[in-house]
Amino acid sequence: MRIRFRFSKLGKIRFTSQRDVARMWERALRRASLPMAYTEGFNPRPQLSFGLALPTGAESLAEYVDVALDPVRAAEQGIDPAALPGVLDGLLPEGLHVEVAVPVERSKDSLQQMVTSCSWTMRLVGVDREELGAMVAALLAADTVPITRERKGREEVDDLRPSVLALAVADAVPDTAVDPSGRTVGLVAELSTRPRGVRPVELLRGLIAVSGGHADRPMDGLADTGRPGSIPVLDRACRTEQWIERDGLRQEPLLGRVVPAGADRATHALERAS
Amino acid sequence: MESLWPQIEPLLAQVTKPARYIGGELGARRVEHRPEVVSWLLVYPDTYEVGLPNQGLQILYEILNERPDAAAERSYAPWVDMEASMRAAGVPLFSVEGHHPAAAFDVIAFNLSAELVYTNVLNLIDLAGVPVRAADRTDEHPVVVAGGHCAFNPEPLADFVDCFVLGDGEEVVGEVNDVLAEFRCGPMPVAGGRGALLAALSRVPGVYVPSCYDVAYDDDGRLSGVTPRTPGTPERVEKRTITDLGAWPYPRQQLVPLIEVVHDRLNVELFRGCTRGCRFCQAGMITRPVRERPAEQVRTMVAAGLERTGYDEVALTSLSSADYSGIEDTVTGIIDDPSCSGQVSVSLPSLRVDAFTVGTAAQIQRVRRTGLTFAPEGGTWRMRQVINKLIREEDLYAAVDAAFSQGWKRVKLYFLIGLPTETDEDTLGIVALAKQCVAIGKRYHSSVTVTASVGGFVPKVQTPFQWFGQNTIEELTRKVHLLRDAARPVRGLTIRWHDPKATAAEGIVSRGDRRMGAVIEQVWRNGGTFQEWSEFFDLDLWTDALAAQGMTLEDAVYRHRTEDEVLPWDHLSAGLHRDFLWQDWKDALAEYGLPDCRWTPCYDCGACTGYGVEHVVASAVPPAGGSQGTGQDLSTGGQVPVRFLSTAPSGAAPAPGPGGSAVALTTEGRS
Repeated sequence: MRIRFRFSKLGKIRFTSQRDVARMWERALRRASLPMAYTEGFNPRPQLSFGLALPTGAESLAEYVDVALDPVRAAEQGIDPAALPGVLDGLLPEGLHVEVAVPVERSKDSLQQMVTSCSWTMRLVGVDREELGAMVAALLAADTVPITRERKGREEVDDLRPSVLALAVADAVPDTAVDPSGRTVGLVAELSTRPRGVRPVELLRGLIAVSGGHADRPMDGLADTGRPGSIPVLDRACRTEQWIERDGLRQEPLLGRVVPAGADRATHALERAS
Repeated sequence: MESLWPQIEPLLAQVTKPARYIGGELGARRVEHRPEVVSWLLVYPDTYEVGLPNQGLQILYEILNERPDAAAERSYAPWVDMEASMRAAGVPLFSVEGHHPAAAFDVIAFNLSAELVYTNVLNLIDLAGVPVRAADRTDEHPVVVAGGHCAFNPEPLADFVDCFVLGDGEEVVGEVNDVLAEFRCGPMPVAGGRGALLAALSRVPGVYVPSCYDVAYDDDGRLSGVTPRTPGTPERVEKRTITDLGAWPYPRQQLVPLIEVVHDRLNVELFRGCTRGCRFCQAGMITRPVRERPAEQVRTMVAAGLERTGYDEVALTSLSSADYSGIEDTVTGIIDDPSCSGQVSVSLPSLRVDAFTVGTAAQIQRVRRTGLTFAPEGGTWRMRQVINKLIREEDLYAAVDAAFSQGWKRVKLYFLIGLPTETDEDTLGIVALAKQCVAIGKRYHSSVTVTASVGGFVPKVQTPFQWFGQNTIEELTRKVHLLRDAARPVRGLTIRWHDPKATAAEGIVSRGDRRMGAVIEQVWRNGGTFQEWSEFFDLDLWTDALAAQGMTLEDAVYRHRTEDEVLPWDHLSAGLHRDFLWQDWKDALAEYGLPDCRWTPCYDCGACTGYGVEHVVASAVPPAGGSQGTGQDLSTGGQVPVRFLSTAPSGAAPAPGPGGSAVALTTEGRS
């Protein structure tokens, strides 16, 4: 038996890593006395499978975990998936909120392998609507957007452009603690996970790269971790959806909501975030 | 108090492991600071991952927060990247719960577990925006307190810390809070201000206030005495000892961090104190006598702790957990508990070296098998008699044989080099022992790993070796090379060693007098923080600072102390008579081992008699396999001459029945 949970990660807890969140789930599931299925061998671990890893520092409205249960003990205990979100919410740390739990079929692909794209909303500071609009237009018009990123200790150049499925400027509430000038803009994006996932900070790097003038401006705000001295600065990022695209249809992994692949992806991301 | 979170939050995007600074642990308290409540900031002067699991700090955190007149939060040393960001943004040291500025607290209290963190202590006081030197603080500043094992030689930090607390903190923390409540929160300002407050603190038993003492030196510049100068301040500060661990079932709400930390598991303390009498071991000397937690309480704490935390591992902690009376019943009880459904692993952090213990380990670690670790400490029987670690070669080989035969393929052995009277034969004995262990392993597995981990010995205060002149860096390095060369041809044997330079720096601080404070301050001012971390440790900082103060490694570290010399910690007591320690030092030099005093007549070290406490143990029968120091047959354990006290010592509950909770026992032949 396998149960898929959808949960959010918001607030201070966004500074924990994907691995940390996995351990929080393990402890919460044990505290809930759920009859988890364990791996074989000398070092048995509960069988948990998360969706695409969320970068440390990013928030999310759309995290998923599959939990395998021991079928015999689960039947004995009479597990009611509908009751689980309430139970686990009280056992997980503040900032993790379980939305829904549904039994799912065991499939040969893991959640991580099935997810094809993610929707994001971002808040950038140190830039206004027009400036960001020009950067977005430049990126969308570009044939290739090379960015360097580290992989297994080596710097590699990847083309970002094919991974950007949608990108648009949006409104955002200014955070004057971060940027007293109030130059704060929102950005919505849908980013493909193939061949490799793109992190919001890498998207920002691509935006700066295609509009050279900005990259060399002196630092007068916070730096993003990938490129010190660059502005605009990525202040907040929130994953609003993970999508599984199959036969031209995008599907939300748990509730099965279907959105045609041709629909306005960016607008949809904004709706989720609001 | 004002929360600094809005200023802290933007910094976190730029630093490594930002979750170190967000709090949010299970068990963290949301405290409310009010003027009539004494506010404490409990600080561990190393990283969050190292400091969070510290049980001493967690115990005080709970005890303080249970009081209506106290409120405690926690803080840890920010890593170097975060510290740089904080200083650049003007953000001071803050608490992880409410992100309150450290200087707004009434008390900043440090846990001192190791000497090389002292420069971090200075750095954190400075980062709090509080004057680093105690003499420069005014009534407006927090009181800086320190406790923990290193407080038994507080002199190197005497210029920076307002008061030290010696021994068990459970009771005395409340008494300190009472004094602070009177002074900080009383209806009107108390005459005398900070000076009067510190003098009042100096009258609390177990509290040492350096500014209430005069220090005198003789014409040669040697320390000649430390004497009280304020009324009621004791000439000699005695450590505090709680008599009944059962009365203090803490932590009740162990903190469960959001990120991975060291010792990331449930910890339940089995007992405090140790009577094996290893002469190099400061922890064993200063925590006497033995006080066991009642077995029933251990079971309750384990069951409730696992259920509350969701951990799948519990460590039964103490200085020698296999010595706990009824250890077998305790661990089988945990393993067989149906609610654990076979998925809980139990670890005994300090295994005794014998086959019996391995049998227990095989049973309790059935969930997870990593390596097994033993600590013979010395390479030859002669050496082990000197240090009073009375493990026979047969004991070690039987233990290792048991480990390999029961499926382990990795064994780790801990040794010390630079011990008193050590010869090259003793040093090379380490390789001989380890080599034999590899050979034993080969009988069971085609490929085995034996790691001999070698540390340089640093003499510690309040031990028989406090008079010993530490080995030089060159001598330790030579011994490391001897070992490395001898081990090279042995397949399956790995030698690991601690940097002899770091050993020397630890020696600079561990036995220094008050003048060493200037050295510590200079190392800190020159950027020497996180000296426990090899990537930041720099011996040159230490030797330069020594030279600037007209001191040498020769005098501070390598010199043997003499019997008549005034030691910088002579005015402080861990309960051990100075003449007992001196006799034990002479016995060491005579290669004379002293068996465990729980099952042999009293040596009158002073720890029991001085505090009116007996060893509190749950069973009159020494553990099977208790050959080490008991003279027992290895295979059986068995009866030794003991009698029960007619009345239990204060605080200890009488035994409800056989195998039940703690009873006091004393040995025959003791008056």
